[in-house]
Amino acid sequence: MTTPLSSVIPGRCVSIEPGISRFSGAQGRTGVRSFGPSRNDSGGRLMSFITGVGLTSFGKHEGSSSLDLMSKAAQAALDDAGLRRADIDGVLCGYSTVSPHIMLATVFAEHFGIRPSYAHAVQVGGATGLAMTMLAHHLVEAGVARHVLVVAGENRLTGQSRDASIQALAQVGHPDYEVPLGPTIPAYYGLVANRYMHEYGVSEEDLAEFAVLMRAHACTHPGAQFHDPITVADVMASKPVAMPLKLLDCCPVSDGGAAFVISREQIGEAGVRIRGCAQAHTHQHVTAAPGLSELGAEISIARAKQATGLAISDVRYAAIYDSFTITLVMLLEDLGLAGRGEAAARVRAGHFGRDGAMPLNTHGGLLSYGHCGVGGAMAHLIEAHLQMTGRAASRQVRDASIALLHGDGGVLSSHVSMFLERV
Amino acid sequence: MSERIADWTKGEQAITYQTCTSCGHAQYFHRAFCAACGASDPREQRASGKGRVYATSLVCRAATPETRAHVPYNILLVDCAEGFRMMAHGDNGLAIGDSVIASFRPFAGKLVPFFAKGR
Repeated sequence: MTTPLSSVIPGRCVSIEPGISRFSGAQGRTGVRSFGPSRNDSGGRLMSFITGVGLTSFGKHEGSSSLDLMSKAAQAALDDAGLRRADIDGVLCGYSTVSPHIMLATVFAEHFGIRPSYAHAVQVGGATGLAMTMLAHHLVEAGVARHVLVVAGENRLTGQSRDASIQALAQVGHPDYEVPLGPTIPAYYGLVANRYMHEYGVSEEDLAEFAVLMRAHACTHPGAQFHDPITVADVMASKPVAMPLKLLDCCPVSDGGAAFVISREQIGEAGVRIRGCAQAHTHQHVTAAPGLSELGAEISIARAKQATGLAISDVRYAAIYDSFTITLVMLLEDLGLAGRGEAAARVRAGHFGRDGAMPLNTHGGLLSYGHCGVGGAMAHLIEAHLQMTGRAASRQVRDASIALLHGDGGVLSSHVSMFLERV
Repeated sequence: MSERIADWTKGEQAITYQTCTSCGHAQYFHRAFCAACGASDPREQRASGKGRVYATSLVCRAATPETRAHVPYNILLVDCAEGFRMMAHGDNGLAIGDSVIASFRPFAGKLVPFFAKGR
């Protein structure tokens, strides 16, 4: 099922054959151009730009360490931005469950060969990638750093057993009141799914639509972990994991890396800026979660809308966290990208497809591009960036001028909503 | 501070919770203070073990050899009569809204709360 691709898929990837990556390198851009503060000024407000992105294929990277995968993605992001190591003065990195370290950012910086003036790791589970992006945005706006490298990578598939991975992740549960009961991450989400389906009349077939959609999208991306199309019947017939979630409702465990650079100034002609973002943290443990009507996604999107003055009707592309099919359904409905209980009908109508009104995770998401930990959700932003800069090859959508990104950590515990805008 | 009553997390066949003497908030995770208002010394009590099923998930794929021996096992969130929510095990056929009552069963080397349909 996994692809043997070990190729890096950087921003300016022009075509990829299995096992071979070709991209146009530095000539694709005219080098770094700084436009000074006047360019970076909108009504007196500073901005931040995503100036380069780098993503490895997800799946098996036999023999690659977390640092190897981080480095590979970081190099691709630097190349994409047309920046050198010395240009990077800030580093934010995620965590690695395979190689935990109390100072991973400096471990990476030393390994990669940079001496930043600002560096540390960030840990917010699945929301880490967007939380780092939000922090980089504020660091850059505040003048603390000029170019912040945001990076994560993990050999989660080949570096440890799947049991070890599942067990490590289950520790987000309460050590005294939950973990002794033997829940798994799918079980935490299975509980949420069971309740959500009950309250809003969502069926298992409805959930399955999202696995099918993400797989269809992954089939068009050479770097995705899975390339075999699946049907709703396949999802329904897949092995039960934690009911109502079955194997194909769950994202896989992957090796992979992802990185991007957040800069104070735009580089090159096609620019993507962070229009605004917000967070919400309502609980850690599912036992202590608020009711379904009070979950954090609704709070963080309301704050992000307020911060940017944007509405859901402005959004042209959606990059939404999809650790499980239920996660995606709930977040789409919490964010207002579909009415309550209506997300699946929108999938069936083609709404979230490449050619639909709201293209969603066109790389295949965590469910089918893969999930290597923090880098997994960063792939959503990288795909959004490629779409917004017209570099998504056969996956290119008509209009990705404004993108909405949303990440979720824990059991719908931590939320980050973010709007990106093409400039 | 009132003395802690041993519960299932300490090997006793009991479910306990705390009630804030200041604001009345009921909480399940033991703390030295009320998480709602911050008042110290919440009152410790034994729960009746009665409640209603809030959500279920039948675990069919476990992550450790000890838990794998028990699959499938049903994980529940139960809204207890005293006003707090807890995670527990329960009968496989339970559905949202069912009235349930707790007993204790061994699971992976520990006694854990196990809910079955009550009357």
